[in-house]
Amino acid sequence: MSHQKTHEENHPDKGRRDFIKQSSLLTALALAPPALMKAADPGWEAEAPRLLEQPLNIEINGISRKLSVEPRVTLLDLLREQLALTGTKKGCDHGQCGACTVHVDGKRVLSCLSLAVMQEGKKVTTIEGVGTPDNLHPMQAAFIKHDGFQCGYCTPGQVMSGIACIREGHADSDDDIREYMSGNICRCGAYPNIVKAIAEVKKGGKSL
Amino acid sequence: MRNDLFLDKNEPVPIDRVDGKAKVTGTATYSAEYKVQNMAYGVLVGSTIAKGRIRTIDIKAAEKAPGVLAVITYENAAKLPGYQAGKDPAKPQATGQPLRIFYDNEIFYYDQPIALVIADTFERVLSAARLVKAQYEKVAHETDLETNLEKAKRPTGPRFEDYKRGESDAYKSAAVKIEQQYYHPIEVHNPMEPGSIIATWESDDKLTVYTKTQGVESTQRSIGDAFKMPPENITVNAEHVGGAFGMALRTWPYEIAAVIGAKKIKRPLKLVLHREQMFTNVGHRPETIQKIGLGATADGKLVGLLHEATAETSAYEEFTEATVNISRFLYACPNVTTRYKLVHLNICTPIWMRGPGEATGSFALESAMDELAHELKLDPLDFRIRNHADSDPEKNLPWSSKFVKECYQLGADRIGWKDRKLAPRSRPEGDWLVGYGMGTGAFGAFRSAATIKAELAPDGKLILQCSVNDMGPGTATMMTTVAAKEMGLPVNKIKVEMGNTTLPPGPTQGGSTVTSSVGAAVYDTCVALKEQIAVLASKEGSPFHTAEVHVIKPEDIEFSESGISLKKDSGVKVSYADLLKQNGLASLELTKESKGSQQPYSMYSFSVHFVKLRVHPATGRIKIDHVVSCADAGTIVSQKTAESQMMGGAVGGLGMALMEDMVVDHRFGRPINNNFADYHVPVNADIPAVDVLFVNKKDPFTNPMGSKGLGEIALVGVAPAVANAVFNATGKRIRSLPITLDKLIET
Ligand code: FES
Ligand code: FES
Repeated sequence: MSHQKTHEENHPDKGRRDFIKQSSLLTALALAPPALMKAADPGWEAEAPRLLEQPLNIEINGISRKLSVEPRVTLLDLLREQLALTGTKKGCDHGQCGACTVHVDGKRVLSCLSLAVMQEGKKVTTIEGVGTPDNLHPMQAAFIKHDGFQCGYCTPGQVMSGIACIREGHADSDDDIREYMSGNICRCGAYPNIVKAIAEVKKGGKSL
Repeated sequence: MRNDLFLDKNEPVPIDRVDGKAKVTGTATYSAEYKVQNMAYGVLVGSTIAKGRIRTIDIKAAEKAPGVLAVITYENAAKLPGYQAGKDPAKPQATGQPLRIFYDNEIFYYDQPIALVIADTFERVLSAARLVKAQYEKVAHETDLETNLEKAKRPTGPRFEDYKRGESDAYKSAAVKIEQQYYHPIEVHNPMEPGSIIATWESDDKLTVYTKTQGVESTQRSIGDAFKMPPENITVNAEHVGGAFGMALRTWPYEIAAVIGAKKIKRPLKLVLHREQMFTNVGHRPETIQKIGLGATADGKLVGLLHEATAETSAYEEFTEATVNISRFLYACPNVTTRYKLVHLNICTPIWMRGPGEATGSFALESAMDELAHELKLDPLDFRIRNHADSDPEKNLPWSSKFVKECYQLGADRIGWKDRKLAPRSRPEGDWLVGYGMGTGAFGAFRSAATIKAELAPDGKLILQCSVNDMGPGTATMMTTVAAKEMGLPVNKIKVEMGNTTLPPGPTQGGSTVTSSVGAAVYDTCVALKEQIAVLASKEGSPFHTAEVHVIKPEDIEFSESGISLKKDSGVKVSYADLLKQNGLASLELTKESKGSQQPYSMYSFSVHFVKLRVHPATGRIKIDHVVSCADAGTIVSQKTAESQMMGGAVGGLGMALMEDMVVDHRFGRPINNNFADYHVPVNADIPAVDVLFVNKKDPFTNPMGSKGLGEIALVGVAPAVANAVFNATGKRIRSLPITLDKLIET
């Protein structure tokens, strides 16, 4: 992955420079007929994705980052493969399971269905930003208390959704919780305990 | 829910999952998440036909795509020494020839891997994989079990001979009888974590893999067989597994592919299956058609039972399971015949899925029992009690323990069985029809060998090591609970290290055996450790050694966090630090192998599941109101995780009963719903209150703790409980799973 490294911190204006370079390349690509372009520069295909990298200013778990990513990179793959934030899980990559749930500007979002470049200027919170083993978020503590998981693979997504569920005002009854937690599949079948955990946090009355 | 009736009041409060903090904070590391330098990404390309041969495969465009490091097909793959010897590369759980990936151009099923594309980033490899183009020589495929029933054959081997006790067909001449057919579709494990592996060749003959497996040692052997390498040259890690339910009981071709790929590019390689491939390439619970013939006397005594099952398997292997076996022992019945057959189809080889065979078989048997009870105008519980097997009628042995009647009673009380009406469709509530049903489950209570290494440090910290791993039930929590109780240590003083082939050997996690095997090994190790401590305490110079007493026995000693004291006189004590120091030891180390022995008893775990539900006839909608699952699983070792495991089994059983069905379009031999949008699994809104009740009575023979397995019986028997409740609610008998609304809608 060496040549596709995320360009961070130390190059505050790197993104902008890259973008200008890319802009001119984009113009060239747009103007030239494909066949001609291929003949003229057989190496362009190899280089294009990198040159098409977009600058991305994003805040992740309270840390501002200046990154450069290909437009096709999902937020989920950016987190897991490039930033080593593997707490966010990939269960389906199709928006069908909820394992990849993160918060973007405080709202729950399926990171597998979100392109990273669309998060420009946004604040992303992942499970790593919610709490740590030594400093658990009340939702995390409640999941442990009620044993709201087994294998733990869906759990970060459930915790992120659970917090959002309360914030949205969708945790007033067990039935409400069940309904608004139904985008998060748990194949181990911990649902009744997940409901108990969320209901308890909701009852605790803390703003999350 | 704790069942105080049977619980020892002195039991400590159930402990929280010891890996809970890691799992809720996202710091637990699963196979695809290890940080490995210079890693490349692989994607498998699957065949678009279900049977035939690859005529040409064009990889030129893919090879030229940006970032691509290699494209591997049968044409350029290094031939594996294990393959050439015709040896089993993937430890068959069945007879036949396991699929040899990239071996030749034969296609046996749709989406069979035909190429592995490797590139330096995930995006690049996904994009390049689309450029692989194959042309095929198609051959007519067979994927339909129903239209191929005449090809059904008995599997190889004496285990699959027809079973016969007494007269066959005795049921036919019984006073009251039924004869029905039951259908189970293809069900897919679909753990939330997809199949994932990172393979790294440390040198030419040393390999490290992080992979999704239920048994690190079995994976080690399988890879060793394929590559003809000594197992000790292969390290397999799988500390955390994101669910598996049987899917990771064998080493699949994708794992071998990743190892081949990593060798080729001389770089670590990560390969993660997409969800679609989880339906097509890593097994499933096989589609099965069953017939039950059941007859009884007019007063409800079983006379005869016939249970036949025909299941599919792949074109290249015989996959078998114990579908019909439950009918041989669950009830006292003098005349029993069972028959089991297979049909080879163009589909990936199935693999045991939670409650394998027994779950499918009990759906048929327990539905049939309900049907016959209805014919007899008997309460289904009463009918079962009349036919209770007081000893094992198949093996002619006494049970090691059996508390099914207690389960009937506990569950009936909790669900409110007394409110159930004998006649179906007798409980309307507004627009809904309410019904109650129950079903019984059973699974062999097995124990296998396990070795534990224990190390007690001066500060009272105890480290337990075993290669066993955990796909979710809570292996480390169970081990910690056992050791804490035996050693008088608080939970936070115990550390479990597991899920790695460098640790002492442990069993594969499957067949509900881990607590019985590894838990018992921890128990035996603690007993041995206490004996060693007693020996040290008996030595001259120890405060325990007096003019009168030279030998201290473990039972004389109170073991605690701070050290040991004399039970009779707590003033006589020594800390572990001092005890070790006095004996010139840095720590106390002990490795112990533990296994069970053959016993003249028939050993099974049992469960009884109760369901209360309502059906909306105008729309066919089913709403589950309440599930009560009762288990006779011997001593409950780890209360909290045991309850969760039972609950999870009930949820899985509701999925089997109500929605799970991989539909194959037989024109093309391919599934049409291989994703989570179209293949439905239970979500939170589908699941009501689930109460778990344990009889919690020690089995005297299974292992020193008296536990029996839980994982399978949690699911076995749930589906028929649902079907029986649907009948009680509506008067409609659904014999074909899943029970979807189209089968119940009334216009
Ligand atoms: S991985 Fe995003 S919803 Fe499944
Ligand atoms: S805990 Fe395993 S999938 Fe939810």
